[in-house]
Amino acid sequence: MKSDGHAVYDEKSRRMVEQMILAEQRHIAQRQQEDCDCKDGMFPRAAITDRRKFLFAAGSLAGVVGSGGFAHAADNKAPPGAFHFDVPDDPTKEQGRGVAADGGYGSRSQFETEVRWRYPTANDITSWSMTPLEKGLGNLTPSGLHFERHHGGIPTIDPARHSLIVHGMVDTAKKFSMTDIKRFPAVTRKHFIECSGNGLTEWNKPTLKTVQGTHGLLSTSEWTGVPFATIAREVGLQTDAKWVLAEGADAAVMTRSIPMEKMLKDAMITYGQNGEALRPEQGYPLRLLLPGYEGNTHIKWLRRLEVSDKPFMTREETSKYTDLLGDGKARIFTLEMDAKSVITFPSGDMKLPGAGFYNIQGLAWSGRGRIQSVDVSVDGGKTWYPARIDSTPEPICTVRFSFPWVWDGKPAILQSRCIDDTGYVQPTLKQLIAIRGSNGPFGSIYHLNAIQSWAVNETGDVANVHA
Amino acid sequence: MSTLKTVLGSAVLVGLLSSAAFAQAINDRYGFGTKVDPAELSGFFAIPPDGRGLPPGSGTGTQGAKVFAENCAACHGDKLEGNPAKGIGGDKLIGGRGSLATKTPVKTVESYWPYATTLFDYVKRAMPFSAPGSLKNDEVYAVVAYILSEGKIIKPTDTVNAETLPKIAMPNKDGFVPDPRPELQLYH
Repeated sequence: MKSDGHAVYDEKSRRMVEQMILAEQRHIAQRQQEDCDCKDGMFPRAAITDRRKFLFAAGSLAGVVGSGGFAHAADNKAPPGAFHFDVPDDPTKEQGRGVAADGGYGSRSQFETEVRWRYPTANDITSWSMTPLEKGLGNLTPSGLHFERHHGGIPTIDPARHSLIVHGMVDTAKKFSMTDIKRFPAVTRKHFIECSGNGLTEWNKPTLKTVQGTHGLLSTSEWTGVPFATIAREVGLQTDAKWVLAEGADAAVMTRSIPMEKMLKDAMITYGQNGEALRPEQGYPLRLLLPGYEGNTHIKWLRRLEVSDKPFMTREETSKYTDLLGDGKARIFTLEMDAKSVITFPSGDMKLPGAGFYNIQGLAWSGRGRIQSVDVSVDGGKTWYPARIDSTPEPICTVRFSFPWVWDGKPAILQSRCIDDTGYVQPTLKQLIAIRGSNGPFGSIYHLNAIQSWAVNETGDVANVHA
Repeated sequence: MSTLKTVLGSAVLVGLLSSAAFAQAINDRYGFGTKVDPAELSGFFAIPPDGRGLPPGSGTGTQGAKVFAENCAACHGDKLEGNPAKGIGGDKLIGGRGSLATKTPVKTVESYWPYATTLFDYVKRAMPFSAPGSLKNDEVYAVVAYILSEGKIIKPTDTVNAETLPKIAMPNKDGFVPDPRPELQLYH
């Protein structure tokens, strides 16, 4: 499909797109340093990263080097998050490493190499990194691969000195220490977070090659925390209280205004992610979680909630996360993430070794509810077939889907589209541009939830296309 | 199970099971946290369009030129044109007025931002990038006045303070519309 409008980016966005292309190329080139031995049969041409390229912060690891094989940790051969160990000829003929020899906190295998890669903003303090969705298994994102977006770097916060102040249009302004917050009854829920800028490079033409580049500002975690409603009772809301300003304790002192209706519906004050404390880059020790809202609103390093009758019109919610339309008007407070899906296997920059069976796989999600169903097309959307749902659909959470496909070796265009339980059907890019205007990409840098197409050619190469 | 309003410390007992040993106190308030003294809030701010919470102080564009040159120009350019250089990446602050509906829209404070109060809030909050939150209130007012006057929204001699800032009409103040999603056209 061609967009009917001549989509343009403003100068800054164009630079951003160009830089993202370069960053992805560098990432792919690094993977291709070593020829792929295609251990997975059909996976990326160069799935095996040159492990020696990953230089560990050896100094920081030295502290946990204990007995046994961990002396090897300092030789810098392991990918991030792993230690290097020599591989024995036959692991059944010699003893392995000792129990808890890792210092008591595990690491991933030295043979697993997927990493986030960063969009090379001029300044790495205000930047973002993408989740490698094509390597993801199941439904949850490992905490260390959860996408990042920071506006003032990652602060180091001592939880003993951190607190949450709730004030404004409340009966009693209160300050809660981390200990206080953890005393409240907590809830645990699985939710995705998606940056509304996910796919911003893809409005005009197929731009990035991999699904990490096109869709990697999406991650799913199990979150644990206190419902805002519980905190609200603790302070007492006044009758005109309609909005809540959330503020972070980072150098950007990030602020967003959130409708009270949302705060009382399902907002969580989270301190847990995937069974442990939040990672620093995900807001340690405290993060506001707003299921289904654009990622920027999930304020990290949360330190303050100010209850108000009106929104504050902060920099992010006026000048940044607003969607300029073709007529020059801009949508404001476009908070929900609409239903979206993407095929992660096969996806861009992979190569299929030959005709035969492939289990197409992907993720689907909606900020407005549960995923009801997913369809897959292998002919560019002419015909659709129901996909299998491989994980239990939960509200505002990704589901994994699959579709058994026997490739005949001829060119094919793979697509997925999802329907959520509100009945919303994931649209085409053409439909979105028709609504949002012909300067779409600038106006609609954000909230691109269109159907993604991957073209497979006769030689098995998979490429990002607009079809 | 319904919750019952209780006064802290005098829990209402609800017999969930016949055995009193399993009686459960249901609270909807827990009494955690400490009352905040107003003085503790003095370091916080968030300035909405009506200017509530704006601090004392003032400045003019003329005064702000020096503040800008010393604190802002390195990243945002001598002429507020922005600086995309590696390690910097400061936004363009002025220009682009009338471009929003064209094929080459340029979003700046002058062309896009709907409220002058947002500029004050953001500069005081997070700027300059190398020393966030380090400007005095007079300096913030002055540099805000400078950016607005370079954008021809006010005169360089106009005084910007808690009273005048909320009254400044930004060129794109009427440029925003509520979110219409889910888009009805997708239900044809």
